[in-house]
Amino acid sequence: MKIFVTVKQVPDTSGKVAVKPDGTLDRASMQTIINPDDLNAVEAALSLKDALGCKVVALTMGPFPAEGMLRELLAMGVDDTVLISAREFGGSDTFATSQIIAAAIDTYGVDEDDIIFSGRQAIDGDTAQVGPQIAEKLHLPQVTYAGGIEKDGNTLLIRRMLEDGYMTIRVKTPCLITCIKELNTPRYMSVRGIEECFDKNVTVMNYDSLKDHPLIDRTTIGLNGSPTNIYKSFAPPVKGAGMMLEGSGKETTDKLVSLLAAKHLI
Amino acid sequence: MILDAKHAMQQKLFRQFAETEFTKEIQDALDQTGEFNWDMHRKMAKYGFMGVRIPKEYGGAGGDYLSYALLVEELARVDSVLSIYANTSNSLGGGPLLLAGTEEQKQKYLPPIASGEKIMVFALTEPGAGSDAGGTVTTAVEDGDCYVLNGRKCFISGAPMADWALVFAKTDLKAKGSRGISLFVVDMKLPGVSCGAPEKKMGINGYPTSDVVLEDVRVPKDCLVGPLHKGFGVAMQTLDGGRLGMAAQAVGIGQACLEESVKYAKERKQFGRPIADFQGISFMLAEMATDVAAARELVYSAAQLKDAGKDATQACSMAKYFAAEAANRCAYKAVQIHGGYGYIKEYKVERLYRDARICSIYEGTTQVQQMVIAGQLLKK
Repeated sequence: MKIFVTVKQVPDTSGKVAVKPDGTLDRASMQTIINPDDLNAVEAALSLKDALGCKVVALTMGPFPAEGMLRELLAMGVDDTVLISAREFGGSDTFATSQIIAAAIDTYGVDEDDIIFSGRQAIDGDTAQVGPQIAEKLHLPQVTYAGGIEKDGNTLLIRRMLEDGYMTIRVKTPCLITCIKELNTPRYMSVRGIEECFDKNVTVMNYDSLKDHPLIDRTTIGLNGSPTNIYKSFAPPVKGAGMMLEGSGKETTDKLVSLLAAKHLI
Repeated sequence: MILDAKHAMQQKLFRQFAETEFTKEIQDALDQTGEFNWDMHRKMAKYGFMGVRIPKEYGGAGGDYLSYALLVEELARVDSVLSIYANTSNSLGGGPLLLAGTEEQKQKYLPPIASGEKIMVFALTEPGAGSDAGGTVTTAVEDGDCYVLNGRKCFISGAPMADWALVFAKTDLKAKGSRGISLFVVDMKLPGVSCGAPEKKMGINGYPTSDVVLEDVRVPKDCLVGPLHKGFGVAMQTLDGGRLGMAAQAVGIGQACLEESVKYAKERKQFGRPIADFQGISFMLAEMATDVAAARELVYSAAQLKDAGKDATQACSMAKYFAAEAANRCAYKAVQIHGGYGYIKEYKVERLYRDARICSIYEGTTQVQQMVIAGQLLKK
């Protein structure tokens, strides 16, 4: 049994967002982080690994510096990593990206009892399309917005979170699940994991390694093969982080007053 | 110093962990109750913090002194006392065994220390033997297959929680000064071992410190660590590494003082503008930043010297001396910049001011560091 996790390196939206003339993000000039929802997907995979002892494989598509992110995942406990990187893949939209990632997963090999975890959506594009499209391209069942996952034989029992409630869905492996932040709290890297992650291999899949796969067609990958035209990229307006005060009315009032006093607002 | 990829990743982990886990509630509770936080101890252990510098074959992560310095600095930047939680096993607790323990002793004691399952503390100081560790009067007298220990150790950090203590005791009663001292691992559950009441401290509350009293404690002979009568050398070598950790802690405290002060100076308005606009304040910030940066470089370079297997006694003492004094200067300025608010417990700098004060005292006072540095200079 294997678990694939798709991850994306995204710009840290708490920093400055740079945009190239073609409207796409200038990723090289920005501070990057691991997409937060993807960390929930990684944690879901590692928790199952803890329980079942299976292998966890993380895949990402991106420029070479994304290797650093993959090493961090190795330090968290991921067993193998794949960096999908080629000039030909640059500028891909969700349609093209999911095609390439699906080809990479298929090339790695999907077995009967395998699972693919993806984050719900990435904080840079907010589309929530790549996970579901990978499932479609691989002809696998998918369950989105997983807020709870239980493994039961060759099926998974997923608590699918919706705005006004949840539904429980049983799905047979192999399948793809997209994970939300309420699913779990991602673990940290471990000190030993960091010591060992630099001795581990990061497999690179480039255009040559994937070009013979039926899903890879030069006309449907990269910027030119992407049906989406980006009209404009912008950073959402900056809002200060909110703070929840918990406790009785008196307690929260006291806390509020001391916070306001600390900032010399009262 | 520009960190390599591995150390940069470690720094990121330690920072992320401290910023996320060391909540204000936890910090306040530690300071107010002075009680040990077992949950935090276990959480740090889970991620391998207790065994950063313990080799992999003994259950640790196999990191180096630079990894250890980064650990202590980053944890101390958020909470000084919590940096000690992960410090002891990597320095004074595990250090003597790594230096002088037999293979059997290393296999027995290091894995549970590295995993955080057990706590080992270092018991050198006595009421009459502080900076002058040669004044040790605790005795260990051979009796059959045991040594019988008698004496009192004081200011032993972590003693109330400890499973084992590394006790230095005089084995050659006729020898003078630092000669004739040996080192023993003492099981804290042995008959005759007891702890005094935890000391009420000015700062670093939340890591209890107490006396360890030894009354006719029969310690099996296989608990002797290193050669008989040669314990003092082990103590001094261990303290080299320990000093590095405490210097890193001072850097973390200094950095916290700086960050709190920059934030406050930009926020606080007087005479119609932020106080950071005033030269009197901004120059203090510049001094603090320079102090912290210089201390950090001394710490990292001493760590690298140790990692390269070079003699780092002088470098560790310089790092400890400078960083500890720098932390105190920074804490003084941080409180000054905060004005009256800096004197109020609600503000972090009030605690930093108290926590910084120990930096120039424990694991060798500033004056002892100066003696070591001068001694090294003059022997050449």
